[in-house]
Amino acid sequence: MQAFEYAAPKTLHEAVGLLGSSWGETEILAGGTDLVSAMKDQITTPKRVVSLKHLAELRRVEFSPSSGLRIGALATIHELLDSKEVQENYPGLIQAADGIRSEQLRAMGTVGGELLQRPRCWYYRSGFGLLAEYKGKPLVPDGDNRYHAIFGNSGPAYFVSPSSLAPMLICLQAKARLHGPSGSREVELSKFFVTPTSANEREHDIKPNEILTEIVVPHHPGVHMAVYEVRQKEALDWPLAAAAVALHMSGNSVSKSAVVLGHVAPVPWPSPEAEEALNGKEVSEETAEAAGKAAASKATPLSKNGYKVQLTSVAVKRAVLAAAKGGA
Amino acid sequence: MPKCKYDWPEAGDRGLIGESIDRVDGAVKSSGRARYSYDVHPSGMLYARMLTCPYAHAKITSMDTSAAEKLPGVKAVLVIQPVGSEIQWAGDEIVAVATTSEAAADDALRLIKVEYDQLPFLVNEEDLSKAGDRAKPSAEQKSGDPDTAFKDPDAVISEGYYGAQVITHCCLETHGSMADWRPDGKLKTWSSTQSVSDLPGQIGEGLRLQKVDIQNSDIETVCQYIGGGFGSKFSPDRWGIVVAQLSKQTGKPVRLMLERDQDLEVAGARPSYYGKVRVAGKKDGTITGWDSDTWGTGGMGPSGNPPVPYVLEGIPNQLKKHTRVNTNIGPSRAWRAPNHPQAAILTMCALDDLADKLGMDPIELLKKNIDFAPEILRQAYVEELDKAAELAEWKKYWHPRGDKTPGHLKRGLGVSIHTWGGRGHASTCLIAIHPDGSVDVKLGSQDLGTGTRTVIAITVAQTLGLPVDGVNVMIGDSAYPKSGASGGSTTVGGVSGSTRRGAIDARDQLFAVVAPALGVEPTQLESVNGRIQVTGDPSKSLSWKQACAKLGVKTIEAQGKNPGQCKLGDSGVGGAQIADVTVDTETGLVKINRMVAAQDCGLIIDMKTAESQVYGALTMGVTYSLFEEKVMDDQTGIMLNPNMEFYKLAGIGDIGELVVHMMTGPGYDERGVIGLGEPPVISPGAAICNAVTNAIGVRVPTIPITPEKVLAALAKGGMA
Ligand SMILES: Cc1cc2nc3c(=O)[nH]c(=O)nc-3n(C[C@H](O)[C@H](O)[C@H](O)COP(=O)(O)OP(=O)(O)OC[C@H]3O[C@@H](n4cnc5c(N)ncnc54)[C@H](O)[C@@H]3O)c2cc1C
Repeated sequence: MQAFEYAAPKTLHEAVGLLGSSWGETEILAGGTDLVSAMKDQITTPKRVVSLKHLAELRRVEFSPSSGLRIGALATIHELLDSKEVQENYPGLIQAADGIRSEQLRAMGTVGGELLQRPRCWYYRSGFGLLAEYKGKPLVPDGDNRYHAIFGNSGPAYFVSPSSLAPMLICLQAKARLHGPSGSREVELSKFFVTPTSANEREHDIKPNEILTEIVVPHHPGVHMAVYEVRQKEALDWPLAAAAVALHMSGNSVSKSAVVLGHVAPVPWPSPEAEEALNGKEVSEETAEAAGKAAASKATPLSKNGYKVQLTSVAVKRAVLAAAKGGA
Repeated sequence: MPKCKYDWPEAGDRGLIGESIDRVDGAVKSSGRARYSYDVHPSGMLYARMLTCPYAHAKITSMDTSAAEKLPGVKAVLVIQPVGSEIQWAGDEIVAVATTSEAAADDALRLIKVEYDQLPFLVNEEDLSKAGDRAKPSAEQKSGDPDTAFKDPDAVISEGYYGAQVITHCCLETHGSMADWRPDGKLKTWSSTQSVSDLPGQIGEGLRLQKVDIQNSDIETVCQYIGGGFGSKFSPDRWGIVVAQLSKQTGKPVRLMLERDQDLEVAGARPSYYGKVRVAGKKDGTITGWDSDTWGTGGMGPSGNPPVPYVLEGIPNQLKKHTRVNTNIGPSRAWRAPNHPQAAILTMCALDDLADKLGMDPIELLKKNIDFAPEILRQAYVEELDKAAELAEWKKYWHPRGDKTPGHLKRGLGVSIHTWGGRGHASTCLIAIHPDGSVDVKLGSQDLGTGTRTVIAITVAQTLGLPVDGVNVMIGDSAYPKSGASGGSTTVGGVSGSTRRGAIDARDQLFAVVAPALGVEPTQLESVNGRIQVTGDPSKSLSWKQACAKLGVKTIEAQGKNPGQCKLGDSGVGGAQIADVTVDTETGLVKINRMVAAQDCGLIIDMKTAESQVYGALTMGVTYSLFEEKVMDDQTGIMLNPNMEFYKLAGIGDIGELVVHMMTGPGYDERGVIGLGEPPVISPGAAICNAVTNAIGVRVPTIPITPEKVLAALAKGGMA
């Protein structure tokens, strides 16, 4: 790890002031479960690390039926899982967080860090840059791309968005609140994730001197929601494909739906195709299967990840069936 | 009376031997008090790290270490491979530094500038057509008349492709040591090693090759606890020499433990093995011919040539070809039962395919042909297959290929058998009985976590009539009597043999001292229940303490050796395993429901640690069958998963229920002690492959059995 200056400011204002205005100068430290390993591997070599640990106001999880759920960026995965209100009102979020199958990661990892964690592409993590280039050529298309994107992968980014929470949060129309030098702003989470076009860009709509402060999730009484992840191991492992589904039901049929795929594209990948296959239909094996097929229909797999197309369609099918069975 | 002085007690008279006894170091390990090489941290210790080559094949053209040398905190810079060296794998060590902190070591490595000429490389070998002249035909063997056997119009012939990937050892404690070269010229190392007694000699030789003068007798190696070796920690390795050099150079103790990525890249890999196999058989199931064309890689070194046909080695009419592929993936090392798991996969999967073609139950096929197995194990195999079948409820759950139950969850069972040697190694021990009644056992071998300390304590305690905690076991130090390395499952046979003999001799010396006090001849005494008594007559006895007090100020010492007089052990074990899996045909995920193992290993000293060995082996077996793979990149030549994130290991939820049955009683016990560490890890791969095939009706040809491969196999024609 390269030596760096460490700061643990007491206020949000002070924290923003300590951040640099271009990527790479400074890094924000939350739980550190991603950042520290990236620094050890010299994937990032900041001159200053700004810890948010004293910003207690960023740690709360609050719910009210009128304004919905507010998750502080520093709330840990454990705190999210432990919240009765989240359990009662957002079972899909609990399922999503439950996919992070490590006590250590749940204890240290924060919701903000989970959303802002960097891709796990093994070329990126081996030092070939965010876009995995070697001798002027992208490594992924001809390389070992078994875990890479099957959507949005025409380049130059081929990695998959690693967040397990984002697809469900996007289904629930969550917003991200950011604080920077010129105050606060709010972004729809669906627009917060972006595909970088150069190795110096990041995968989020956030500036180097902005801090994610909280996630705001509207209340969705009566909405049926579920997440299904296909993971090879029960023990800590990344999903090979995942789907988050939120269904507004009227009687037995779906009046409105949201389907967002995870771990299949450089960003959480909304599937209007799957939504269309569900809207106006009664949920059954057949409609769920049709939604799965629709979700996978436009996939463009790379040389070694064709199997993820099938996994995507199964994830959607099973998430739809689970959502219909479970309640809000 | 036993026929031979040192013989193990007869059945009914074995006391502690064969009971289920907790390991003696369980508490110290689980409470974190056990000191591993990593935990030895004398004040002033320096940290060593090594700069490694980023290319799979390259020549070093220039090197500049001057900036690193000037960095504060850097105490030594040692060039391991100078300009001009040809490097054969990414991760090979180039320069080492010793520094006052880990951070300084990291900084120093970054200041070292090395330039390379990159050379052509090959890092993947499954597709032999891409290997070019890296493929070297290495063996061709023929017996009988395979041509005729395969042309016989009545023969049923099955044909298939099978294989096992390169995996790493992935020891949870990485390789390395802490070395302290003291001002008196003596070197002491705390090494993570499977070979304590032999290490000083190897370190001495390595140092002298580097023109560093030292005598072997001035080197001491200690290893009290080790976080896994699995065959990868017999030698000090280059880093074990480098760390001693750095300690000498700096006059300080120096620690050099590999980083996780280095450990996975260079510190051990199991060779791959792929092959096309044909088997011929008669309609009644008798196997009449074997034809295999195999290849594999062990890096630039030998790839091994797994013994096929495995177990049923007497199959007539064989034709075998093997090709070794030289790759730049890092060196291979012995991996728990070297060559056998690969041989089991190629053989037991091919036989399973033949059974299917014949419409036969694969257990029946194995039994029908069991006369092709070594004679000494035939009876055991039949009993083990029956036992495993009973425990796995084979009759209830096995079905002809392809689970016809509706839905996407398909269940299947698969079987495999295996063999191993396991004769005890050469071991010397020293047993001391002190006048205060305490008993010390000293020997140089190490406890790899297999329970070596515990079996020594049990052997000596039982021989002397003491409780297990009445014996102090002192092992894992080259200052103790020389005793073998822990490899080839030889430790339990070696140390039980030496300590049994030593304890009998020590006991007889004590009898000689005590006999006059009890007014009998020494030969009339026995030591049982913490007393020395006239055989069969507790009324004429002394407590162990009273008896030892008769020694006055003299300590009894006896040496024990293995091999030696009387037959205390043997070689050759068998085992049968059945895997029970459920495959999700929509996702390709394989879940282990149950792994059943029936295993023999002669006379068992501690039932609990014996069973633990099998549990551990099954866990490791599930892991290499479903998850592990050294993923090498064709474009850059590097390993893509040198971490615990994508080098996947099973967790508790992934291994299913483990059912272990140890074969004991007549036919087994009288063979004496035989090693167990390796055999039970051989069959899981083949059994799991066969179970998956049984479930989905189509073979996934190679391990690891990933969702990707299962879906591909189903797409080719299963029951998706
Ligand atoms: C083997 C393994 C398996 C895993 N499996 C999963 C999985 O299945 N699903 C999953 O979702 N995750 C998984 N994780 C990742 C884990 O969830 C994340 O590492 C964790 O959530 C990150 O949180 P953190 O607080 O530790 O982030 P940090 O490491 O502190 O930060 C991560 C990144 O976010 C930035 N950041 C953090 N907080 C803020 C903020 N408030 N404002 C601006 N920037 C910020 C940091 O600068 C850094 O770049 C896995 C990790 C490992 C190692």
